[in-house]
Amino acid sequence: MFYYILKRILQIIPVIIGITILLFVLMYIIPEDPARLILEKGATPQALQNLREKMGIDKPIYVQYWRYIKQLAKGDLGTSYRYRRSVNSILAEHYPNSIKLAFAAIIIETIIGILAGIISAVRKYSFLDVLVTISTTILVCIPVYWLGMLLQIGLGLKLHWLPMSGMGDGSIKYYILPAITLASVSTAFVARITRSTMLDVLSNDYIRTAYAKGLSNNSVIYKHALKNALIPVVTYIGIDLGTLMGGAILTETIFAWPGVGRTIYLAILQRDAPVVIGGTIILVLIFVFLNLIVDIIYAFLDPRIRLEGGSSLDL
Amino acid sequence: MENNVSKSVVENILEVKNLRTYFYTDNGIVKAVDGVNFNLKKGETLGIVGETGSGKSITALTILGLITIPPGKIESGEIIFDGQDLLKLKINNLKHFRGNRISMIFQDPMTSLNPVFTIGNQLIESILTHQKISKKEAYQKALDLLDMVGISDKKRRMKSYPHEFSGGMRQRAMIAMAIANSPSILIADEPTTALDVTIQAQILELIDNLKNKTNSSVILITHDLGVIAKYASRVMVMYAGKPVEFASINDIFYNSIHPYTLGLIGSVSKLNEEKKERLKPIKGTPPSLIDLPKGCTFAPRCKYAIKICKESFPPSIEEESGHFAACFRAKEFLNKSLSRD
Repeated sequence: MFYYILKRILQIIPVIIGITILLFVLMYIIPEDPARLILEKGATPQALQNLREKMGIDKPIYVQYWRYIKQLAKGDLGTSYRYRRSVNSILAEHYPNSIKLAFAAIIIETIIGILAGIISAVRKYSFLDVLVTISTTILVCIPVYWLGMLLQIGLGLKLHWLPMSGMGDGSIKYYILPAITLASVSTAFVARITRSTMLDVLSNDYIRTAYAKGLSNNSVIYKHALKNALIPVVTYIGIDLGTLMGGAILTETIFAWPGVGRTIYLAILQRDAPVVIGGTIILVLIFVFLNLIVDIIYAFLDPRIRLEGGSSLDL
Repeated sequence: MENNVSKSVVENILEVKNLRTYFYTDNGIVKAVDGVNFNLKKGETLGIVGETGSGKSITALTILGLITIPPGKIESGEIIFDGQDLLKLKINNLKHFRGNRISMIFQDPMTSLNPVFTIGNQLIESILTHQKISKKEAYQKALDLLDMVGISDKKRRMKSYPHEFSGGMRQRAMIAMAIANSPSILIADEPTTALDVTIQAQILELIDNLKNKTNSSVILITHDLGVIAKYASRVMVMYAGKPVEFASINDIFYNSIHPYTLGLIGSVSKLNEEKKERLKPIKGTPPSLIDLPKGCTFAPRCKYAIKICKESFPPSIEEESGHFAACFRAKEFLNKSLSRD
């Protein structure tokens, strides 16, 4: 178990190297001079050259890259061209907002998605099942920004039930609309995955055994079937959590949510390379870490899965 | 087992009358069980024999109400247990019988246990579902049950998951679960089909011993005539959803009066026979349960078939005491005017 986790953590290193090379090359290709971004228009060529030398961007790309990696090893993500602040502090300011929103969305998709999926599977072909199938289809098809705007206009502008945008004082009412918008597509997917795996599991012999033991319907479904059906659902939710934590660009932009998605989006527009690269690295770290967590949850859900380097009993 | 038969006044613990279980599929109505009648006496082992698809398992599943409805539907019949018709019970009442008064052991132990719960968890669950005792007592009881079914190293085995057990061990665990509440009836649906031959004998021996110890009755469903010969006292032979012959074990093997039973016996190899003969398989294949032939369902494969066989299905008649057969020519077999060849 310990070796497995260590191995997985060490795997992050090549991933980081690959990602940084890719991003460096991409940002290098863009014909934009960071020195021009920083200095006022009409700066003298001499001033521009001085700044380039100071920033080290007059050097060849591999020299710049090596410098960046050395800096990264110390945990320093560099300085933003645009804000002239350290990237670390910019991300530290915005990441928590994205993570909070992501968790709000995950809670919605887990509870509503799994429940809808179970009902749909247990009452196959009933009115409720048809309702779930139709609404999930609609949710998957609706563009996120359109749903977000619709909610803003309906519940915010017309009814004044909920604030239209921003984080305000950070109270729950500010979370509701962006969280629903962010969770919409995933909730539909979770419901569908739950329905299909649940139907699959319910046709297994051990479900018949459970009924033959005299168990009630609820205990067969919520104990014997659900634990088996959850495995693929957990995978999806885990990956989705990673995606959501990277900041949802559309949702955060529509709702003016001060999260990292919006920050990276603005940084791309402004060619603010250090913020883009730094933000992406953090994103990758979170993603890899969450995948590891999902794998560990697997071993808890399914005793047949043994993580390399130890038996499942060691858990 | 012989003496069970000779004691004529043994009370019936289960009576199944005119049971019909159909499945309504897109291709038509599958008459999986079509008019099954039998009684189970206290303390006996009743064998149900037949080919795949003859309705043996569906009969058993219907008794416990484990048929999925729809597409299944119980068209008619009564299942009298303990003075009550199980078919008339609501599911909430029926579940008190399942695993408690009537238990079932399934065919494939590899898939019949839930892979994500420990053996101990599943065993204790069986006990606590029907008995109002503490968890600690249930744990102790579970250990005793593992002892009874011959699983050693009990405490460690309680914490094992099904995938850590061999096939034979899993079937032992299934049996432990089935007998957890000392049921009156144990239905064993091909309990050894998925197991090695050496393990088969052990498992059957175990079921037989437990039956004798607890004085329960067993319905043993199998397609293995050897197993039937060893463990059952009476046998019901099924073909295409219908019982074709029902008699004591001796009558079935030495005095059969139905061509299908004769065919089954003829297609089994015999070790002690003097002259070496080729096995005589029954020609043809069982009919589709959707499109049953008019008349006797076995007639198309029957070498004794006469005109009337193709026109109507013969009623099941008690040709001699306790010996039922559904064949127009059963009497001729009985008075030996027709050679059994």
